[in-house]
Amino acid sequence: MLKYLFAREEDIPQGSAAIYAGVSAIAWFIIGAGLGSFNAAKLAFPDWWHGYYSLQFGHMRQVHVHAVIFGWIVLAFVASSFYIVPTLGNTKLWSEKLGIWNVLLWNVGLALALALLWTGITSGREYSDHIWPIDLYIAFFMAVPWAANVWLTILNRRTQGIYTTNWFFAGSTFMTIIVFLIGNLPEWFHLTGLNEAYMTWWFAHNVLGLLITPVAAAITYYIIPKITGNPLYSHRVGHLHFWSIVVFYSTPAAHHLMSAPLPEWLKSFASVEGVLILVPAIAYVTNILLTMQGKWRMFVENVEVKFTITGVLLAIPLNFQGGFQQTRAINWYIHGTGWIVAHAHLALLGFSTFAEAAAVYYGLQVLTGRKLWSYSLANFHFWMLLIGFSLYWISMTIAGLIQGAGKIYQVPYIDVVIAEHPYMIVRWLGGTLVFLGNIIWLWNMYMTVKEGTPVPEGRQPHELAYER
Amino acid sequence: MAFRQYRIGSIMFGVALGTSMMVTIFFPSIDMSKVEATKYALQYMLMYGRESAFAYEDPFLEGKGKPITVVLSKDPKTGQPLAEKVTAYVYKPGTPFPSPLVHEGKLGDKIEQASADLGKYKQATEAQGAVFLVRETKDGTPYIENATATRGWTPEATLAAADQQFYAGAGRTMFIREGCWWCHTLLPEQTKDWQTFGRPPVIGDFNGTSPTTFGSDRKAPDLFHVGSRNSSREWMTLHFFNPRLVQPHSIMPRYDYLWYTGVKDKAKAKQLQEYIKRWDKEYLAYARGERVYPPEVPEPPADSDARKLIDFVLTLK
Repeated sequence: MLKYLFAREEDIPQGSAAIYAGVSAIAWFIIGAGLGSFNAAKLAFPDWWHGYYSLQFGHMRQVHVHAVIFGWIVLAFVASSFYIVPTLGNTKLWSEKLGIWNVLLWNVGLALALALLWTGITSGREYSDHIWPIDLYIAFFMAVPWAANVWLTILNRRTQGIYTTNWFFAGSTFMTIIVFLIGNLPEWFHLTGLNEAYMTWWFAHNVLGLLITPVAAAITYYIIPKITGNPLYSHRVGHLHFWSIVVFYSTPAAHHLMSAPLPEWLKSFASVEGVLILVPAIAYVTNILLTMQGKWRMFVENVEVKFTITGVLLAIPLNFQGGFQQTRAINWYIHGTGWIVAHAHLALLGFSTFAEAAAVYYGLQVLTGRKLWSYSLANFHFWMLLIGFSLYWISMTIAGLIQGAGKIYQVPYIDVVIAEHPYMIVRWLGGTLVFLGNIIWLWNMYMTVKEGTPVPEGRQPHELAYER
Repeated sequence: MAFRQYRIGSIMFGVALGTSMMVTIFFPSIDMSKVEATKYALQYMLMYGRESAFAYEDPFLEGKGKPITVVLSKDPKTGQPLAEKVTAYVYKPGTPFPSPLVHEGKLGDKIEQASADLGKYKQATEAQGAVFLVRETKDGTPYIENATATRGWTPEATLAAADQQFYAGAGRTMFIREGCWWCHTLLPEQTKDWQTFGRPPVIGDFNGTSPTTFGSDRKAPDLFHVGSRNSSREWMTLHFFNPRLVQPHSIMPRYDYLWYTGVKDKAKAKQLQEYIKRWDKEYLAYARGERVYPPEVPEPPADSDARKLIDFVLTLK
């Protein structure tokens, strides 16, 4: 890839930037999941690898979070956008060269950012942990070049309209930059107290709600119609989804601070808006599932559809949890417990990861012109992810309910720790399965590029039979 | 058919997002900026200094440029005994002030008026340093007193006269750097937490504190008032060195390495590091009955990061 950094634009093969981003994303996913598994082990067995400054849980927890969010989740979005946006506009990516530079700057910047977090150099604000020089780097060397490539590709499209997926790509990249710049204001202007606390969670909420959830959904709007051959069930329901994301998902930030002393009107407003998240959620899930009509065989037979639909099905519990767990009636019980950790993993490791894995599987096959090397290994990867995730989600949900009960009935805290111990071990096992599954995935993609059956010009990879 | 411009859609998008920003950023920040500080907010702010995380004066989070909290039983200027013990916040020359001391309108009008009239807080400068106290007027309004201006207490004299010195400001930086807040929240919840973990904070308790680090994922007891529940420095020392010494089921990491980080005497730091490496082996020998006594838990050196962190935790009243 690096040989294209200084090549002329017309000498760079189409899709190079997407391949670079996709492979980097898988590598970061392995690193991020590995760190997660290591951290989980420390919560079960605290004296494992002790005495090392840099391997302390408190130094590694945020490295896991940011390796996964920036390295896997968002970089896989970049990879998907670099081939989906041009395809849907019937055009080329605006600049492959900018794309390759973008991914290089992404990898270098993220490595630096994680190294700083690892040594404890932090802003002390969850999800915006990076110090402000890194925030500026992320905004202007990672997010802006990506957004510029997406927007200019859409502007240079050779189709009349814009398809649903591209509304989300254009809107979300724009909103992310706004959210990122506003969300880090507390550091630039030294805001204190409730303003700082609220802005921290405003950022955390919106970076999930206006980037991760809608773009993961956007990817499935492409993959399902493309692979099944069915047209999207309803363009209009897609409209409902898009506009209700913009209006409802951008407002409930304060529901992350329901037990903090914020103004009560703000908490009540956020809580009501939080329930309205069900509007885009239900619109989205029904739209995709109805698109599957008549093609449900592919849920079993086709790897990409299997991944995507699993992600969409996981969006159902995700959104019902998300809509209701933040109401006062439920939040007092589960706030700050493992339930929330389980919910966060349902959003990122459940819904988003499954949707994106499909896009990366599909994209790398299309762009390299090779059929997936091994269907069995892909299935193995799927089950490692699904079983690993389920173990994690279920064990952490139970642990969260134990913590909630301990909180309400004022059990001495150490008894809660003792009661949670078995679930901490299960969580570690789940994370380890995800980590191991991803190593298999990288191997499978490597073999695909090297030895996969060439896909003839004008054909789709899923039209060919598997050879392994 | 013409190439679609999406003009209406773009305008609607701008209106929708702009309205959302208005309601979720502009209105709340106006409302929250008008919150009047409580007495506790003044105490926290003066105890922790300008910023507890990454900052110009402390880019590597070593606890630089932070105030020292002292307990006084005699007047630093005259040497006369005070009627009751006084907690003072000592800003050596060059220590940055928390933002409400520099920018107006962050504590509430009444407090700022009282602090200016009675406390002369505007006369304090970062270049010369200052000693601050938190006082109350007769009608119960808390205010900041600049004791350097009102009583002639200089930072050096105050430190020299102190009964106790707490590096609580630097310790809060350690609390953030070491990731304590990933498990220990600083936010008793308004449900039933107040019986176990103490009074939940109220709306004006955080003016001037940054970052607030409430924490979101409580895997360990809330620490907002831990110094009131447990004020034993010995217990804290054992617990930070190896939590399993005092709580066999704890899943907290050992912070034994903080005994030598931050220590300026390199030879002493090296010696401690080697002792801590041996400690496990010696402890296991004791557990097997091969030694009569367990190995000692060393006293953290006065400039070690462990001492700062313990000071912070003990001042969480």
